[in-house]
Amino acid sequence: MTTTPTAAATHGAPLVRLSLLQRIVRNPIGLTTSIFLLIVLAIAILAPVISAFDPAATDTDNLMVGPGGAHILGTDSAGRDILARLFFGAQTTLISAVVVVVTAVSIGVPSGLIAGYYGGKFDGVSSWMANMLMSLPSIIVLLAVRAAFGPSILISMFVFGILITPSFFRITRTAVMSVRNELYVDAARVSGLGDLRIISKHIFTVVRAPIIIQSAMISGIAISIQSGLEFLGLGDSAMISWGVMLNEGFRNIFINPMLVLWPGIVISLTIGSFALLGNALRDALEDTQKLSSKSKKVAAAAQAEVDHSAAPADAASHLLSVSKLSVGYPQGDGSLKKVVSDVSFHVDKGEVLGIVGESGSGKSQTAFSILGLLPGNAKIATGHIVFDGNELVSTGEGAISQKAMTQFRGKRIAYIPQEPMSNLDPAFTIGYQLVRPMTEVLGVSKKEAKVRALKLLDMVGINNPERVFKSYPHEVSGGMAQRVLIAGAVSCEPDLLIADEPTTALDVTVQAEVLDLLRDLQKRLGMGMVLVTHNFGVVADLADRVVVMQYGRVVETGDVREILRSPKEQYTQVLLSSMLEGKTPMTMLTGNAKEQ
Amino acid sequence: MIAFIARRFGSGAFLLLIISTIAYFLMFFSATNVAMNILGEDATSEAILAKQRELGLDQPLLERYWAWLTNAITGDFGISWFTNEDIVKTILARLPITMTLVIGAILIAAVLATILGMTAAVKGGAIDRLVQFLAVAGFAVPNFVVAIFLVTLFAINWALLPATGWVPLQEDPTQWFLSLVLPTSALVLATVASAAQQIRSAIKAVLEKDWVRTLTSRGIPRREILFKHVLRSAAPAGLTVLSLQFVGMLGGAVIIESIFALPGLGSLAVESTSKGDTPVVMGVVVFTVVIVILVNLVVDLVNGWLNPKVRV
Repeated sequence: MTTTPTAAATHGAPLVRLSLLQRIVRNPIGLTTSIFLLIVLAIAILAPVISAFDPAATDTDNLMVGPGGAHILGTDSAGRDILARLFFGAQTTLISAVVVVVTAVSIGVPSGLIAGYYGGKFDGVSSWMANMLMSLPSIIVLLAVRAAFGPSILISMFVFGILITPSFFRITRTAVMSVRNELYVDAARVSGLGDLRIISKHIFTVVRAPIIIQSAMISGIAISIQSGLEFLGLGDSAMISWGVMLNEGFRNIFINPMLVLWPGIVISLTIGSFALLGNALRDALEDTQKLSSKSKKVAAAAQAEVDHSAAPADAASHLLSVSKLSVGYPQGDGSLKKVVSDVSFHVDKGEVLGIVGESGSGKSQTAFSILGLLPGNAKIATGHIVFDGNELVSTGEGAISQKAMTQFRGKRIAYIPQEPMSNLDPAFTIGYQLVRPMTEVLGVSKKEAKVRALKLLDMVGINNPERVFKSYPHEVSGGMAQRVLIAGAVSCEPDLLIADEPTTALDVTVQAEVLDLLRDLQKRLGMGMVLVTHNFGVVADLADRVVVMQYGRVVETGDVREILRSPKEQYTQVLLSSMLEGKTPMTMLTGNAKEQ
Repeated sequence: MIAFIARRFGSGAFLLLIISTIAYFLMFFSATNVAMNILGEDATSEAILAKQRELGLDQPLLERYWAWLTNAITGDFGISWFTNEDIVKTILARLPITMTLVIGAILIAAVLATILGMTAAVKGGAIDRLVQFLAVAGFAVPNFVVAIFLVTLFAINWALLPATGWVPLQEDPTQWFLSLVLPTSALVLATVASAAQQIRSAIKAVLEKDWVRTLTSRGIPRREILFKHVLRSAAPAGLTVLSLQFVGMLGGAVIIESIFALPGLGSLAVESTSKGDTPVVMGVVVFTVVIVILVNLVVDLVNGWLNPKVRV
């Protein structure tokens, strides 16, 4: 038990903290805001030492003196030194933030831990209370508190701390719930650790980071609320604070607008620093590698040297020709992480091409390239995709030309997705989602489109087309939804069908039916088809030719019978034998693996 | 659906009861020097005792609470300690001003935040960064600082708009509108950026859905997918964001109304708090909570209606 993750987690904790501090210091925004807040803190502590004037001493000879001279920032309407009042005001400000954060953390975090760890009744009641507190307008409640307890900023801030407790309660609860059933927590439980020790040792490390981030944010909100109360004249008039200074300045705004300027600036800067520090902390913790301007240049350079030599001469003779296609994603360091490398193949009219490979082999990325549906940050580094004589890759952008695509999508190139349920918009009826593409692409009337849609539903083997037409996606089964998606794909009688693992998410019994349906439709409509799958069985069933892919490259390509009979590459043999043994390849994480 | 509404009404009423009870005991527990505050420092002790009896402060707290509660249920919140005016009448006279301000601000903020959030989510790049920056700026500069800034600029330096005051609509529609411009802008400016940022996240989450890709593959124009499908799916999250902003604005209105001297609910709350007119503060608390509960109820209903799984 020496190498359990629990041990690793414990030893890892101080390391994380150290590197977090380092990361904050490296982040320019984190560094600037930290320094600014440290200066505010130093000023608050040293206010009595560094102030040249007593902040409360009035000087009737020097009312509202301008900046410069003995009073560096001038004096207010009672002749008090503005700079000294700003210095002392920092004390009130920071104390308010501390009271709020301490109150909210000491109530919110333990209750969140208990609610998240044990769930049950306590969870129900505390969540209800959190919702209740969230729905109260804080200022109104604070006014009521002021009416009850008088002008004490400490009591107000304590109550505000309670009001803001739900924000800590919620993040703690969510974080705990997400790790409660993690393996290392189970391991700790099995090894006999008590709940209290598990919570304090393992779970608290998980919630620590979000709490720190939230504390920075809440500090900012606390200062805003506190200054607001003081500004309304509802604070403690004996205390010196930025809000009181704003109030006095505002009363004299027609005489001297400068009086509101200084407290306004320091309040905004302090709150802003807390907010930005919170953001910087989040970035540091999530380790989001944002593209710096430098790495963008590198990425651009990488693109510039991209080879876009002419498409092969015979490209136009095929329905679809993909040549030397490489697809990649720009990384934080400026490099391009290639997921598809130098892939070439073609599909003729009425031909079925199978693309086989494990997950991560780049087969789906290849399919999405043809459809022009790659994620926004993907880049086509090299190669050509020619559909019926039309180049789809826009060389300058390193992406599929959306303009070229719009004339083909739905009309001539159609798509069948993998997950039936997630590929229908849950807010619209199935009928609408079948009819709308037809009215758009074919230009037929809604009425005619409905007749066609019902016919299509019947054709894909749905028994009650009228009912399914009116249904919302959540009202039909997964198998039925996949039939609906197939109906949608063939509704405009495309020339090329891209099917991405069309049967993987379905039950075994339904899989065979859907494959039969696909074969039947492909034959009847004479469509070319690209069938992406990890399953050689599906390929053997449907495909004429096959492309085997691994690590983003084409391993082997050829006639389906030949490859099944005598695979040349070892990888193909491995894929084949795993199919014959009735197993999916070891690296497969989805689909059939569950059912076997 | 009716059961859903009834349940929400029930839980809302329960919430209202709990909050008003807590508020009542908090505020009236320590109401000791009320009579002296009203009569002034020079009042004789007999006069103070008489005043206390008049206000019912010599009764036990529990009995006073019960009387208040039973009256409040019938819509009677008592009278102000200082002006002897009926509290419900006072509040109802001021409520329209606050509502005009807050509803106007939330509608403007909703439209702007949706446009900004949508653009940031779809276009990314510079606009995205601008929205992020504005969100931090909007968070950093409290609404009263925004308001002071607006007053300094538009009312004092350029004298374009009235700095303070309220002109009823019936009296002079132009002046009414002008008197609302600055306070509404202050509320909008303080909330729009953070709302935009949250709407941006909601839209980004929807854009990653599989069905967006499938609809695109079917040949549906991008614009239609964004404005019909994506916006529709992001609407519940967006409405929840806006309902929270609305609650925030009710609080913000307290400060904004005081700055611009608008005779609304918020300035009533501040005046009554400063004076120690506890029954009026109590009335404002109850009315505000009722508004919040109603808004949340409406948002829940709209969200339920938007979701076909709940609608049936």
